[in-house]
Amino acid sequence: MQILREIQEHFGHIPHRIVTELAQRLSIPRARIESVASFYSFLHLKPHGDYRVLFSDNITDRMLGSQPLMELMCQQLWLQPGKVSEDGLVSIDTTSCTGMCDQGPALLVNGHAVTNLNHQRVQEIVQLIRNRTPLADWPADFFRVEDNIRRSGLLLDSALAPGELLRAALSSGAPNVVESIKASGLRGRGGAGFSTGLKWEACRNAQGSEHYVVCNADEGEPGTFKDRVLLTRQPDLVFEGMTLCALAVGAKKGLFYLRGEYRYLLEPLQAVLQRRRDNNLLGTGILGQAGFDFDIEIHLGAGAYICGEESALIESLEGKRGVPRNRPPFPVTHGYLQQPTAVDNVETFCQAVLALHMGAERFRAIGTAKSTGSKLISVSGDCQRPGIYEYPFGVSVREILQDCGAVNTLAVQVSGPSGICVAESEFDRRLGFEDLPTAGAFMIFDDSRDLFEVARNFVHFFAHESCGFCTPCRVGTSILKQTMDKIAAGHGTRYDLSEVENLDRVLQTTSHCGLGRTACNPVLHTLKHFRPSYENKLKSLMFSPAFDLDGSLARARQMTGRDDAGAHLKEIE
Amino acid sequence: MKDTFLLDGSTIPFEPGQTVMQAALAAGHYIPHLCYHPEFKPHGSCKLCTVKINGRTVASCTMPAETGLQVESGIEELNALRRSLVQMLFAEGNHFCPSCEKSGNCALQALGYDLEVHATGFRHLYPDRPLDASHPDILLDFNRCILCELCVRASSEVDGKNVFALSGRGITKHLIVNAESGKLSDTDISLADKAMQVCPVGVILPKRAGFSVPIGERRYDQRPISAQALDDAPRQTDADGNCAACEGTP
Repeated sequence: MQILREIQEHFGHIPHRIVTELAQRLSIPRARIESVASFYSFLHLKPHGDYRVLFSDNITDRMLGSQPLMELMCQQLWLQPGKVSEDGLVSIDTTSCTGMCDQGPALLVNGHAVTNLNHQRVQEIVQLIRNRTPLADWPADFFRVEDNIRRSGLLLDSALAPGELLRAALSSGAPNVVESIKASGLRGRGGAGFSTGLKWEACRNAQGSEHYVVCNADEGEPGTFKDRVLLTRQPDLVFEGMTLCALAVGAKKGLFYLRGEYRYLLEPLQAVLQRRRDNNLLGTGILGQAGFDFDIEIHLGAGAYICGEESALIESLEGKRGVPRNRPPFPVTHGYLQQPTAVDNVETFCQAVLALHMGAERFRAIGTAKSTGSKLISVSGDCQRPGIYEYPFGVSVREILQDCGAVNTLAVQVSGPSGICVAESEFDRRLGFEDLPTAGAFMIFDDSRDLFEVARNFVHFFAHESCGFCTPCRVGTSILKQTMDKIAAGHGTRYDLSEVENLDRVLQTTSHCGLGRTACNPVLHTLKHFRPSYENKLKSLMFSPAFDLDGSLARARQMTGRDDAGAHLKEIE
Repeated sequence: MKDTFLLDGSTIPFEPGQTVMQAALAAGHYIPHLCYHPEFKPHGSCKLCTVKINGRTVASCTMPAETGLQVESGIEELNALRRSLVQMLFAEGNHFCPSCEKSGNCALQALGYDLEVHATGFRHLYPDRPLDASHPDILLDFNRCILCELCVRASSEVDGKNVFALSGRGITKHLIVNAESGKLSDTDISLADKAMQVCPVGVILPKRAGFSVPIGERRYDQRPISAQALDDAPRQTDADGNCAACEGTP
């Protein structure tokens, strides 16, 4: 996959003849290469223009006006979304959330993030594209990504020197590391909340010729951008955590899966890795400890949300389509190359370092009984101060809303589209595994927003990101999308709402992985709290066809040159 | 004493390494399925074989059998889900049974009858899927593909050819062939391939043989798929690698 990505960066797409040549060189069927390339949104098997513009299409981008800006750019470049201009210069389309929700609307041009779009910036980009200005000569200002840290805590303020903790861990020994992490009560920060210590212990005890450490930096949940900030502010902490884990589980190789949207972080992160190698914090005999060999390799994703699921991520690391595996067996025993693998989120690795540094007792003192430590929250949407907030677990929704300057708040989407939509009556609920588990997204909607449209955006997201492996998710998410579009177009009926409930039952019970199982959540949660915003779009009928019968006769009318009343079907009311 | 689990109240013996589906079929108990085939490693994509084990729903074809499991399969709750899944597959592709030469030999159609799917259920997606008639002896009609990957697995695991693969993601996922031109005639497929025999629907068709058995006398015209599947388990191949019971065998 890394080869394909480099081919793509070189040619702008992956030409057929190159696929054939690559297949011969690697002695694999060319269809397999095509199969992999076609899975990822950022890899193209057909020419996609010298400039490939992708507007981030999260609801927060839309709320900041991304749609009119995209229309403007399309108009000025004489383009339709999704098409390549006839001269092969440019293509414009949308993509799933690019993790810039606190500084949107955002886009990616040839894989590089542009933030803070406005009318003027779009006009300037159009000129740069028309003049075929190389990306390197575009104003650096366009590509500036702010950290927007609004509230920091032990994690963001940590000033541990690189290697400091590792040295201490080496002297106490690997079994003690596992015990200390277990005692700290640390749970995974990617959303699922599995005990990190137990995971490391299981991986350590699993039989295999090789053990691996994998860092999941495929931060794809719309509305989440805390890992991006950690990778900018605390990259040493992340890599130190991975090295610590390697010591704990006995791994020699670490794999760092960076989401394609964060392509711009690749070189800075590689520089940090190199510095750590130079300082003997990576490589052979780390810190002079004979036999402690470990190094980290960065893999770049290519636009597939599903790869944030750990077994899909491993498939992707192995150069395959990112399809979640059947579990059991779990990655701790059969992970990368079927060997024992510890997969953890960026923030989890950082917290592991903190937990060890502080000691279990002090770490447990922060947060709640079952959710120890602090949590980074990515705040976006309708508030005065979007950005990153670090809180001890147990903080209430209301406190966060006050801190970020949100007024007239209608609802908060906690933990992204697959999470929970919380309405005002529930603002005293608290973040933590006991009540509102979260991977970190916190999208705020004030009373000017239509929660139906929010849910519709999320449903489109799931349909776009379904891997397509299992029937219910592949077909069900598309049917759900159609149903929501039908309601939005004013053709919805009560029957459609009951249909959504039926779809939800099928998706929840038969889907292969969490994507399908949670795909109906946005609709069900908003239906529960904001049913009127659905009902006011419905027709009173029990059934309404999804197609416009009279509209489909337009062509026949055109051909016969008729437009009288007799050539129209009265709309059935 | 052999290890056993309970399926709808019946005791099912199993060998270590068997999945719930494999053990159930061997013991004469049918669980509906499409992408499962006794000769290939199960992968669990169609989800028709979803059962309830200790209250949780799982695909029985990939679920390892364990002593003492309480498996529910033949209950209305699950059959309702299966009906929806069959309706989804019908809505996803372009399936016109009356004009399909596979009618009567088609597992999707047979399952539809067996599960009593009486209505289309969902709005059809009507995808645009061109035929590939480039090969002199073989026709590919992608309109009917249900993405079970049996041909992919057969071509790779049995034929050693990798003629087929899946491309795209989500609802755009589709079957492709291993050729730069994208045409079947530029692959090394042959009529004798295992991949020619395993398609449960009417995608991979030998030319000029479509109606050698008249409609009404076909596989599922005689007995429902539930009975046929039990006869076939475990299916055996003969010395030439042909499986007499496989769907797709003329």
